Amino acid sequence: MTSTGTRHPLRIIGVGNLFRGDDAAGVLAARRLKDLVGDRAEVIEAELAGLDVLDLMADASAVILIDAARSGRPAGTIHRLDASAGPLSGDLFPHSTHVLNAVDALEMGRTLGLLPPQVIVYGVEVGDTTAGNDLSPAVAGVLDQVVERVLCELEGLSCTSGS
Amino acid sequence: MSEAKKTKTRTIAVDMIARVEGEGALRVTVKDGVVQDVELRIFEPPRFFEAFLVGRHYDEVPDIVARICGICPVAYQMSAVHALEQIFAVRVEGALRDLRRMIYCGEWIESHTLHVYMLHAPDFLGYASAIAMAKDHPGILIRGLRLKKAGNALMTLLGGRSVHPISVKVGGFSRVPLRRELEGLKEELLWARDAAVETVRWVAGFDYPDFAQDYTFVALHPSDEYPFNEGPIQSSGGVNISAAEFEQHFREEQAPYSTALQCRLNGASYLVGPLARVNFNHDHLSPLGKQVLADTGLSLPLCNPFHAIIARSVEILYAIEETLRIIDSYEPPPCPSVPVTVRAGTGMACTEAPRGILYHRYRVDGDGLIREAKIVPPTSQNQRRIEEDLRAYMPRVLDLSNEQAALGCEKVIRCYDPCISCATHFLKLDILRDG
Repeated sequence: MTSTGTRHPLRIIGVGNLFRGDDAAGVLAARRLKDLVGDRAEVIEAELAGLDVLDLMADASAVILIDAARSGRPAGTIHRLDASAGPLSGDLFPHSTHVLNAVDALEMGRTLGLLPPQVIVYGVEVGDTTAGNDLSPAVAGVLDQVVERVLCELEGLSCTSGS
Repeated sequence: MSEAKKTKTRTIAVDMIARVEGEGALRVTVKDGVVQDVELRIFEPPRFFEAFLVGRHYDEVPDIVARICGICPVAYQMSAVHALEQIFAVRVEGALRDLRRMIYCGEWIESHTLHVYMLHAPDFLGYASAIAMAKDHPGILIRGLRLKKAGNALMTLLGGRSVHPISVKVGGFSRVPLRRELEGLKEELLWARDAAVETVRWVAGFDYPDFAQDYTFVALHPSDEYPFNEGPIQSSGGVNISAAEFEQHFREEQAPYSTALQCRLNGASYLVGPLARVNFNHDHLSPLGKQVLADTGLSLPLCNPFHAIIARSVEILYAIEETLRIIDSYEPPPCPSVPVTVRAGTGMACTEAPRGILYHRYRVDGDGLIREAKIVPPTSQNQRRIEEDLRAYMPRVLDLSNEQAALGCEKVIRCYDPCISCATHFLKLDILRDG
């Protein structure tokens, strides 16, 4: 996890493990976004953050969270969830090295009143999470799309139709 | 949960054991009401990191091994740097040694608090998850999050960030904190000390099953301090060795049903982790820690795996007190690290990860390149012991519904806080009943 130390009200948090194949998708998307976002938001690469995402969200007004997802859909499927609209189902994100998965962490935050007013979650469906492997072609092929959709989200544009 | 019947055999399949980190599966075979086999299968990435390290320069090792586990990166870093420093005949002492204890304290606070509050307490209070528990006990969960955050702050200050610290290096650190930076943590740590005392009292009030087991405990046992990075490896069976002798006594064996290796001490199972550490080292707790432990009414040695949540809570308190002690005596070292002269050789080290002793061995060539790496994590050491606990526990749950029996097994496994993420995701549970 890296943080600039500044507390920008808009944050983009990419969660994942760089050594675990497609599990790296969120972190790698955040890395690409860093150069594109400029000072419009704070971009955080959160390797294995789990419950710590709540700390990363503290005092933010809006957060876009990008994480690996595993729901059984084809690898590379992009999921979009609006955590601000209501409780999320835990079926999308695996119980994982993140300890409490992204949804668990968000729901814990909701229960304790720690959730920022607006939280959008992008889940990138994983294929191969074998230790030491690179991104699978299916996931590597959609990273640009994830980045574009997050940028649109950041601009408040409704270019996301949900998956 | 799915249920299927094949002739006489009934299978319970739980998609995952929640709140256990990592990937694995548990298969229990029962015949005529008697447990036949208990197999805990861990799908460890087959020693990926050991292979990945070969050919790397020694100074890359701390950053690489930190990624083996998101919960205990400091443990991996500490075992690595101490093993490598043994090869290079480097001694890290004084304030640098204290800072290494302190960053380990940060990890224990983070890891233990996560387990106590978010993963284990729901078992005792009758909740399916910490989220469900938070609805009824928000104040307790907020206390847990704040306590964990005190550990995060230590890791961030000393390690450069709260997970995967980047400042640990062979010989010391890339940067050491200023005195005023450490002083800045004190106020919150003083709150955390009180919260840790409350935590011990809270968990000591849970109802515990009567389940004392005959364990062989293994932990580091220094003569003059609670262990983190140093000390002889001792067992309650009389073993007393240095890390260099580890592989003469502790052997890894491949279980046919698992890609992970199970480690045994002279052929038998043993237990590492908070219970073992407290049993060996309770004399090194602070006066407050000793008093709080005594107030629980438990007698030592602790032999009930369910009491591990109490041992973890006592260690949270110790880690906070030790951090405060180091802050009060801290004078920044003249250099953030001591010089290292590369030479070929083999080095071994064992440190106390939150879940128990973590052994590393490295062989380095004259250019400082890693030629061989061996890593024995605590979960692979406890794995056989978990199976034996489950075998002993199963008769208590055999008459329950499949779902309740599976839940009982999960609770036993969670006592160990298994970090199978040194493996990975999901844990599946199958109970095969024949007759």
